[in-house]
Amino acid sequence: MFRSLLLVFRLFLRSSRVQKKRAILTIAAIAWGSLSLLLLLAFGEGLKRQLLVARSGLGRNIAVLWPGETTRPWNGLPAGRPIQPRIEDIELISQRVADLYAVSGETRSWQSVYRYGTTTVNRRLTGASLAYGEIRNHVARSGGRFLDPLDERLRRRVIFLGDELAADLFGEQEPIGRMIEVDDVPYSVVGVMIDKLQNNAYGGPDASHGVIPITTFEAQYGERELENIVVKAQRPDRMPAVLKGVRETLGAKYRFDPEDERVFATWDTVEGGALMDKITLGVQLFLGLIGALTLLVGGIGVANIMYAVVTERTTEIGVKMALGARPGWITGPLVLEALTYTLIGGALGLIMATGLVMILELVPTEGNEASEMLGKPTLSLPIAIANAAILGTIGLLAGYFPARRAALVDPAETLRYE
Amino acid sequence: MSERGFELRSPAQGGDDVIRMERIRKVYDTGKIQIEALKGVDLQVCAGEFVAIVGPSGSGKSTLMNLIGCLDTPTSGTYELRGESVAGMNKEQLATIRNRRVGFVFQSFNLLPQISAFENVELPLLFGGHSTRARRERVAELLERVGLADRMEHKPTELSGGQMQRVAIARAVAMGPDILLADEPTGNLDSSSGQDIMSLFSDLWSRGHTIIVITHDSALAKRAERQIEIRDGKIN
Repeated sequence: MFRSLLLVFRLFLRSSRVQKKRAILTIAAIAWGSLSLLLLLAFGEGLKRQLLVARSGLGRNIAVLWPGETTRPWNGLPAGRPIQPRIEDIELISQRVADLYAVSGETRSWQSVYRYGTTTVNRRLTGASLAYGEIRNHVARSGGRFLDPLDERLRRRVIFLGDELAADLFGEQEPIGRMIEVDDVPYSVVGVMIDKLQNNAYGGPDASHGVIPITTFEAQYGERELENIVVKAQRPDRMPAVLKGVRETLGAKYRFDPEDERVFATWDTVEGGALMDKITLGVQLFLGLIGALTLLVGGIGVANIMYAVVTERTTEIGVKMALGARPGWITGPLVLEALTYTLIGGALGLIMATGLVMILELVPTEGNEASEMLGKPTLSLPIAIANAAILGTIGLLAGYFPARRAALVDPAETLRYE
Repeated sequence: MSERGFELRSPAQGGDDVIRMERIRKVYDTGKIQIEALKGVDLQVCAGEFVAIVGPSGSGKSTLMNLIGCLDTPTSGTYELRGESVAGMNKEQLATIRNRRVGFVFQSFNLLPQISAFENVELPLLFGGHSTRARRERVAELLERVGLADRMEHKPTELSGGQMQRVAIARAVAMGPDILLADEPTGNLDSSSGQDIMSLFSDLWSRGHTIIVITHDSALAKRAERQIEIRDGKIN
């Protein structure tokens, strides 16, 4: 077997050279196809990564539960009872529920009046527990901070502003340390959120609300009932267990069936993330298919050149057969030749694609909404492997069919004297 | 031939039949019409014989040569090459037979133009699976024997017709075949080169090779010990 392969390789090295021009054109076609495939896949990969970043804007692997009504009777109580958790239930959940990473409650005022100097705007105001900053991805811009335990305990009037809200109020001025009024009550600005990519939200984007300690919110507005509960599991796959734990804990307190999943309207972003992953995979497959078709055209070019080679070398093939070459020793070198063109073209395509991706890397995306959503084309190892696999297959096929014709050459026919 | 890894088959001993053909028919089916190129040929060639097959064009000479050389299989009849029935062999087996048992010399030389004389002679040895070293020694010896020791690295285009045919003969005998099959070997050569080639055949014959020559050339045919005339697909 090995000897036979070695022989095929030797014969390949010794076979006649094809016309340079034709070979170069064919290799260029493959390089072009390979470049298209790689760029499309790189584009898809960039999009996927950017979508992941944007999705993470809300917070990774969290779930949001909105209180509702029971849908099943339980322990003699009828269905249709409203269930309304309160601020103290956050502490309860964090103590009782296993596999929980963190939990936060939200209380909300949908229309609060923010005033700084002469500027007045109407925006949402959120009262939140401390874990909110981390699990809902409210990262403070440098110079500021999110709410801290002392703020919560002392019910301080401090506020963390979304970056757009801060810009609306302060323009170019530095907001941190300044006082603003919210619903005529003065607050000290302790932090401003960094500019983050966020493509999903409830209520509104985080950039345009203000966050105060949930205790302060209670003191100012007298609100003890939670608008919603945000939970994050220790691992994404533990999310169902965490949601079940929340229902069990609150079900025991408020007396409803923990199996009643509709007591809370639940948005599980882990589940949604899995769906998004499928969609981006679909997009990538589609882009890959288009690229593969472009490459296929190059492959047809290789097959074409190989057919011409077989025709040109008919006598040579006949002579080799007369000298005792087995069919495999005729076809093997031809397949190897087709593979060589394909792989040289593929390597050139890879070099060009890498170069282009590196150039695109240097183009700034900030401020351009389209490129902010699309992200940057990214070449990854799986893309390189996919490209190599497609190239290899095309090369093999482009060699196989012409080689099969070569194997059918009738030596008696070709050696007939002129 | 004492090199390691290389054993040259000794030419068949005198008296044994190398070729035994009985009632060989070959019909070419062109779709609409069927052409019967050979109409029942019987042929025996003994080891060490020098046979010339003569006949006008269209008589079936080439068809007969293709069958003898296992490039083609007969429509009917039996063919034994050194006692081994060739009928019913598959492509791989026929390739092996051609490699080991038959040496071809063509009118148009049929050397591969891109590779050197050395590499041309080396090809059948490569197919025969001989080691690099054995091949190198054998090719050098063969080219020396046909008087081209100083032309080994030349491409066929850099050689004269006579030299090309000598390379082709060296290639044909490289594997020590049972029969040397030559189709108009002097047809494309001037008379003095033709003389050289004829002498080379005589020389090979005297060394024990079995030679079958298909030719129009009466001078070459006369050198053979037996002339077989073929006409209209039959041996007279």
